[in-house]
Amino acid sequence: MTQPLVQVENLKMHFPIKGGILGKTVGSVKAVDGISFSIKKGETLGLVGESGCGKSTTGRMILRLLEPSDGTIYFEGRDITKLSTNEMRKTRSEMQMVFQDPFASLNPRHTIGKILEEPLIVHGVKDRQGRKQRVQELLEVVGLSSYHASRYPHQFSGGQRQRIGIARALAINPKLIIADEPVSALDVSIQSQVLNLLQDLQKEYGLTYLFIAHDLGVVRHISDRVGVMYLGQLVEISESEDLYRNPLHPYTQALLSAVPIPDVTYKQERVILQGDVPSPVNPPKGCPFHTRCPKAMEQCSNIRPELKELEQGHHVACHLYD
Amino acid sequence: MEYPMIEVKDLQTSFRTDTGEIPVVNSVSFHLEPGEVLGIVGESGCGKSVTSLSIMGLVPTNTGKVQGKIQFKGENLATASEARMRKIRGNEIAMIFQEPMTSLNPLFTIGEQLTESLRIHRKWNKKQARARAIEMMKLVGLGRAEALMDEYPHQLSGGMRQRVMIAMAMICEPELLIADEPTTALDVTIQAQILELMKKLNRETNTAIMMITHDLGVVAEMCQRMVVMYAGKIVEEGDVSTVFQSPKHPYTVGLIQSVPDMREKKERLYSIPGQVPKPGSQKLGCQFAPRCTHAMDRCLSEAPPLQPFNNGQKVRCWLYGDGKGADIYDSAISSS
Repeated sequence: MTQPLVQVENLKMHFPIKGGILGKTVGSVKAVDGISFSIKKGETLGLVGESGCGKSTTGRMILRLLEPSDGTIYFEGRDITKLSTNEMRKTRSEMQMVFQDPFASLNPRHTIGKILEEPLIVHGVKDRQGRKQRVQELLEVVGLSSYHASRYPHQFSGGQRQRIGIARALAINPKLIIADEPVSALDVSIQSQVLNLLQDLQKEYGLTYLFIAHDLGVVRHISDRVGVMYLGQLVEISESEDLYRNPLHPYTQALLSAVPIPDVTYKQERVILQGDVPSPVNPPKGCPFHTRCPKAMEQCSNIRPELKELEQGHHVACHLYD
Repeated sequence: MEYPMIEVKDLQTSFRTDTGEIPVVNSVSFHLEPGEVLGIVGESGCGKSVTSLSIMGLVPTNTGKVQGKIQFKGENLATASEARMRKIRGNEIAMIFQEPMTSLNPLFTIGEQLTESLRIHRKWNKKQARARAIEMMKLVGLGRAEALMDEYPHQLSGGMRQRVMIAMAMICEPELLIADEPTTALDVTIQAQILELMKKLNRETNTAIMMITHDLGVVAEMCQRMVVMYAGKIVEEGDVSTVFQSPKHPYTVGLIQSVPDMREKKERLYSIPGQVPKPGSQKLGCQFAPRCTHAMDRCLSEAPPLQPFNNGQKVRCWLYGDGKGADIYDSAISSS
């Protein structure tokens, strides 16, 4: 078997809550609570879930923008959780991030040229002329023109800014791109342009994507495999076709049925969930979803279900399939 | 004579800027019958929110100018006095805003905010108003309503706050509810709850709803009729089923095709080239012409009128200059 590009094992992120007059740790927000998955070379793994489920935190931990509380991350077979800051910075030339907010993630005082040149300087491209040329190339790759290099971020629209964000991530030829809600701030007609660009770039440069989003339609469109997160845990992961055609976990079923379909002739059976997502400070015992699950059984409130492979490549964490 | 619930005629809202007066909503006309749910769809900057603010009389008077007719049960709101508008707002026309996080006052309890409109419009006493508020909160599916009355907005989740907003909007039994992106800030499972609730209220109280959204899925699910706006103008109008099954304006066609369908995977998404023009940047011709794959010479020089079809659909496009024109949706489908 070929080695996966990224392998994550039992990853956890517990943010401490400080309280009291002495600022002692009084509890923790269990943003990500023990998840494992892998991303193969050249594929797109989609990570979906509602706000606060830990999908963005997971993306940031893989880049070690956040230090995981526990667990291991292997990048090309190498454990990167123990690398020093310096070594990690070198490794980051192979993994880059595209952020959600195209308005906040570009420095308003820098020209686009400078923004795109920065990763090249950081990663030690010494040749000044070569850097300038690379910037021009990058702009053309993402569908902008080389004269844009002297402009400032405020002179661009949301869609164009997201293209700049993508160009910046591509600057140093990474292998992995973590895209955290890259199209959710964009209008529908612009969103499809950016999605097509991401797909073209993947084909051309053989990129691997971790695509984090809450829009299930977008995730299906772009992903080869999809993982569903709920309250810091991975409840289901499978080939995307499989997951959408035959969702096994009751949460995935509810999530898929909740999406309004832009087709008037289509009538769907909708599972309406009651209540809100519980607080990650004090997640329910047993299965995290049992408080809202229409199919909850007795054991669900006591024993946390393990993620098990039910069918070829289709993993689910649910007691219904014990 | 029977009036429609609300009839907007040639609404033109413009804002004064350093470079002159810029029209953001441009000769928009539509109507709404009692109990009807109308969807207004468009991308950011198309003027859909400004349309609703104009109806509510909430366009700032120092920079904005509202012209045209907004007939609400036979009365023109565009010329109504501020005192009169205050009587109508929250009482006969209510609005739900997009941001449940910022549209509640953080310094007042939920109870105080919910009962305010009853106390002002109906002159109810505290006890009566409180009882009605609790009843309303139960109707929108908020458990432990009594306790919530004395809590502050920060103690509630996003979904709960949006329910409070809906309860607040519905408490005086308005005849028209304007919902401006009511579920955009919410997660899908919470969105499903809120949409279900709005449908129920529409059925049970016969409140007409004007649903402003960019999500075509929400429109398909909630609305009977829809209006598509682009750069301040209505480009297409019709029954939801007609517009979805045979969209006529190239923009509507593009919009419907650019949404990734959750049920099947397409090799490649259709995308409309270019970007939405800045308001006031283009004076001549059709606003959509620079992005349109079907644009002709005429589109660049002459603005098309909104033309009615026999089935009630209206389209603003020169492709249908003689009322017929090619069916571009079929050809777009077969080519993709």
